[in-house]
Amino acid sequence: MTVPRFWREQQSRYNLVGSHCKTCGNYYYPIRNLCPECRRDGDMEQYKFKGTGKIVTCTVTHTTSDEFNDLVPYALAIVELDEGAKLTTQIVDEPEKVAIGKRVHSVFRKLGSDGDSGIIYYGTKFELDKE
Amino acid sequence: MTVGIVSYGAYIPRYRIKTEEIAKVWGGDAEILKNGLKVFEKSVPDVDEDAATIAVSAARNAVNRVGLDTQRIGAVYTGSESHPYAVKPTSTIVAEAVGASPDMTAADFEFACKAGSAAVQVCMGLVGSGMIDLGLAIGADVSQGAPNDALEYTAAAGGAAYVIGNKESELIAIIEDTYSFTTDTPDFWRRESQHYPSHGGRFTGDPGYFRHVTSGAKGLLKKMGTKPEDYDYAVFHQPNGKFPERAAQMLGFTKEQIKPGLVVPRLGNTYSGSCLMGIAATLDIAKPGDRIFATAYGSGAGSDAFSIRVTDKIEEFRGKVPTVEELLADPIYLDYGKYAHHKGKINFG
Ligand SMILES: [Zn+2]
Repeated sequence: MTVPRFWREQQSRYNLVGSHCKTCGNYYYPIRNLCPECRRDGDMEQYKFKGTGKIVTCTVTHTTSDEFNDLVPYALAIVELDEGAKLTTQIVDEPEKVAIGKRVHSVFRKLGSDGDSGIIYYGTKFELDKE
Repeated sequence: MTVGIVSYGAYIPRYRIKTEEIAKVWGGDAEILKNGLKVFEKSVPDVDEDAATIAVSAARNAVNRVGLDTQRIGAVYTGSESHPYAVKPTSTIVAEAVGASPDMTAADFEFACKAGSAAVQVCMGLVGSGMIDLGLAIGADVSQGAPNDALEYTAAAGGAAYVIGNKESELIAIIEDTYSFTTDTPDFWRRESQHYPSHGGRFTGDPGYFRHVTSGAKGLLKKMGTKPEDYDYAVFHQPNGKFPERAAQMLGFTKEQIKPGLVVPRLGNTYSGSCLMGIAATLDIAKPGDRIFATAYGSGAGSDAFSIRVTDKIEEFRGKVPTVEELLADPIYLDYGKYAHHKGKINFG
């Protein structure tokens, strides 16, 4: 990903900012300009998600590209936020503890970096709630 | 003008390594090390955590404790000796991640372990003069010691954040006064592009830590006309468990006074987070009217002493975000192999 593109999406990644359609009430992440349900009748506003939700589906990654080698094995999940939007995210807990239906909340972590001399990308991942 | 703490928040990574586990790898005597350092385990960052993510996590806990309108923050200062970039501020990352930017100022601070308390002092000045409404001061580190160096047993990860303000009605604790003692003392250093710090061995104790902590503390007591017995609690920079105990004793503070803030045996030295973490742990249990005496120390060298008085307001904001004790509870222990993986590339050169 290019530095300018990441920077444009920074608010969305740092603070879980997405969109809410005032017409149909649906929430979307990341930000969308057009509501896929209402099309031209949609009325979109920016919305900062609370950062809480549950795991809808998950998988454990054991091999990956060089860039993410430090992280393996790690759990990837689709999380449904309490407002209704879904997103794909890493779950930072030990992979064996990650399971469908578990409650999660957002945390601020490193997403990656452009090698040893490039920019470091930060943003949102999710962590299991304490049981 | 009255200045003080509007909110505070701490953050400690979930992972720990025990002193025995490090000693086992290097053939050290764990019992001698534990008795000598009074550090039994230390925190280790996750593979995707650094000083910036820790600073953000602590700052968000501070913001969420009181439901702060972050647009009121006029300055963000992050103290660390492990800023992720050599050039590019950590504080802008924090400011963006708490929603404080862009109508504000920011800078990073460095002064070994007292960069966070220096940030608190600067915020006190800015809110005290009315230049800004609220200031956010953070100490956060992911410190490293060279493999098999004494520092490897204590260098830990964590941070604490303080929102400093000047409206007496919203202060959970008033900072009554502060005093600093600073000299040019080469007890600990790291040159540009070196991975690990160097230290003056035994030199780090007497002319460094003890001289500066006791001079800073005595200076503030004298300035205010207070005595150790006027305080309910005390916190001294904790590079290990032994130094703060001895400093307290030299100054006439008791073991009971320093107990709630002495988190280093289960946490390790969080460098810029160290003294601020101890103050946070003490605020977690303090009652309205309690007075807390604190002295941060940074090698190089200097100390910042603070006299803090807790207000009635503190009771309103309990239980909203994790306490230091809650952050210390329920850790995940790592073996040395996993620990090395968490620290990233280890340089033996
Ligand atoms: Zn719609």
